[in-house]
Amino acid sequence: MPVAANMEFFIDPNRCIGCQSCVAACSECDTHRGTSMIHLQYVDRPISVQTVPVICMHCDSPTCAEVCPADAIKRTGDGVVQTARKPRCIACNNCVLACPFGVPKMQAEFSLMMKCDMCYDRTSVGLKPMCASVCPSGALYFGTREQIEGERPRSESINKFQFGAQTITTKVNMMVPKDSGTQHLDVLSAMDDEPAGRSGVLDSVFDDM
Amino acid sequence: MAGITVVRMEGVTVGWADGVTVERAAGVTVAGRAASRWKGRQGLAFGRVGRERIVGVGWGVLFTAILAALIVGGSRNLQHFDAALVGYTFAVLFATFAITYRYSMWLQRPPTRVYWRRGWQVFFSPKYILRNIANWFRRVTADFALNRFIFKRSTSRGLAHALIMWGCILAFAITFPLVFGWIHFETVPGDVESYTTFVFGFPTQSFEIHSLVAFLVFHGLVWSSFLVIAGVMLAMRRRMRDHGAAALQRFAEDFLPLILLFAISITGLLLTASYTWMQGYGYDFLALLHAITVIFTLLYMPFGKFFHIFQRPAQLGVSFYKDVAAAEGMAKCRRCGVEYAPLLQINDLIEVERELGYRYETSAPGVEHYQRICPSCRRTMLGLAQGMVWGRIGSTGQHEAHSTVNR
Repeated sequence: MPVAANMEFFIDPNRCIGCQSCVAACSECDTHRGTSMIHLQYVDRPISVQTVPVICMHCDSPTCAEVCPADAIKRTGDGVVQTARKPRCIACNNCVLACPFGVPKMQAEFSLMMKCDMCYDRTSVGLKPMCASVCPSGALYFGTREQIEGERPRSESINKFQFGAQTITTKVNMMVPKDSGTQHLDVLSAMDDEPAGRSGVLDSVFDDM
Repeated sequence: MAGITVVRMEGVTVGWADGVTVERAAGVTVAGRAASRWKGRQGLAFGRVGRERIVGVGWGVLFTAILAALIVGGSRNLQHFDAALVGYTFAVLFATFAITYRYSMWLQRPPTRVYWRRGWQVFFSPKYILRNIANWFRRVTADFALNRFIFKRSTSRGLAHALIMWGCILAFAITFPLVFGWIHFETVPGDVESYTTFVFGFPTQSFEIHSLVAFLVFHGLVWSSFLVIAGVMLAMRRRMRDHGAAALQRFAEDFLPLILLFAISITGLLLTASYTWMQGYGYDFLALLHAITVIFTLLYMPFGKFFHIFQRPAQLGVSFYKDVAAAEGMAKCRRCGVEYAPLLQINDLIEVERELGYRYETSAPGVEHYQRICPSCRRTMLGLAQGMVWGRIGSTGQHEAHSTVNR
């Protein structure tokens, strides 16, 4: 059964409090039991508490699948980019290196790439993905567009990301300020940016040291 | 943008004077191809697809012709060819054509082509060949013969695969030479109790027909069916009980191969049961049923899950590529400066992405291509970029930056 069309994934990394609930819940997903597919990214751990929960964005044109020499990554009709097919994946690491969001994980001992498949065992039967069902701050949210618009009146979602000259459209949405005119998120704009906190509280602490 | 990337490694000179650069130089635009590939490759230029297909058909015809010639030659002008098995032979010939065709089409995909070429280049690189040969034996034993990487996923998976794999290898090793007339048995002149085995028409060893060796050899397919049935049972059990498998499995891709292997094994065993204990009861029908299951499987082989038998050995080439590429130097992330991947692989990937129609070239200082940034920094920048958007709004007073309240 496909994932219901009206149920969408919305991520809002700025809300992440780094609690690791999503990481723990993810490893309980039946399709990759015991291994978490979520990267809870510490932006700059020594100086900031800022974290980014990174799940698969499920690109419309998945670079990971295109660069796979073994045709191991398939995108289902409902737009979910599945994890590597076990008989096919030859553990070359191309997908890990090509994904613009840095999502796939190489499980070297299994000779197998594994990635978030939006908890296909759950979402395909009408349940929320594990991570979204436990996230206490709403950084990972799974629901209808109407629901999130009602709950976050000052936000809107986008699903276009710019990486240099390449625009990537995704099934997963990211929350940005409403009416800010943000059509897409230019990821490289953050090339020289520093995490929240560096110019704030912690900097003054460092200055005193 | 540099049109040609030439990577020189000590002992291996790797050039790009191939279809990649030629096509770009000729101005073939593949923008949008990546997206259209998912819609039945509509975006591909017909000429290219046509050429790929012609190459595929060419290889298919060549391999099929070689096999046909070997069948005629190996059976001494069909002298030892068993006409009752002609259906199997034609099914194998068709499967050979289709598998070669698909393999050729697969090898022509940009990422596969790069790995195929690079895999051979690095394997025969004089600097690494001795190490490669040693690793080849180690990997063939550990990965292919023992399926160690599958056992690591779970014991039942490993056991299921090993049983099915060895059962099938044994069955193929017995039936193909018999079907092709490459092996036949003749009684030893003057000794009706002994057989001589002829391979490609040449006599080899003789053995007594009532010996243990003869019993084991003539029941080879029985032993292989025991292995396959046990493996299929284990695999089927997992597919029926595992929730994760239940979510992803599909009939044609996952159940059909198991059903086919089971059908072949059972109908084959029934043949043995019929002539051993039932005076050949229903033998003709069973023989036909068995032939149907085998021929259907042979015809299915190029299209479904069984194609991994031919695809999977590419894992070996990839492992040598990764070894050598890592030994030749690592790429450093242009953002954090950490070594994150072999430089050769990053360079290759950039070429592959360009050929696929992706445009990850950037104008950011010091980062000519997004691929030069490590996956960890990509994740970091995703969060930072979102924070910047909120921060911009915050600085204009519309919203409070980094606040999660009421937004």
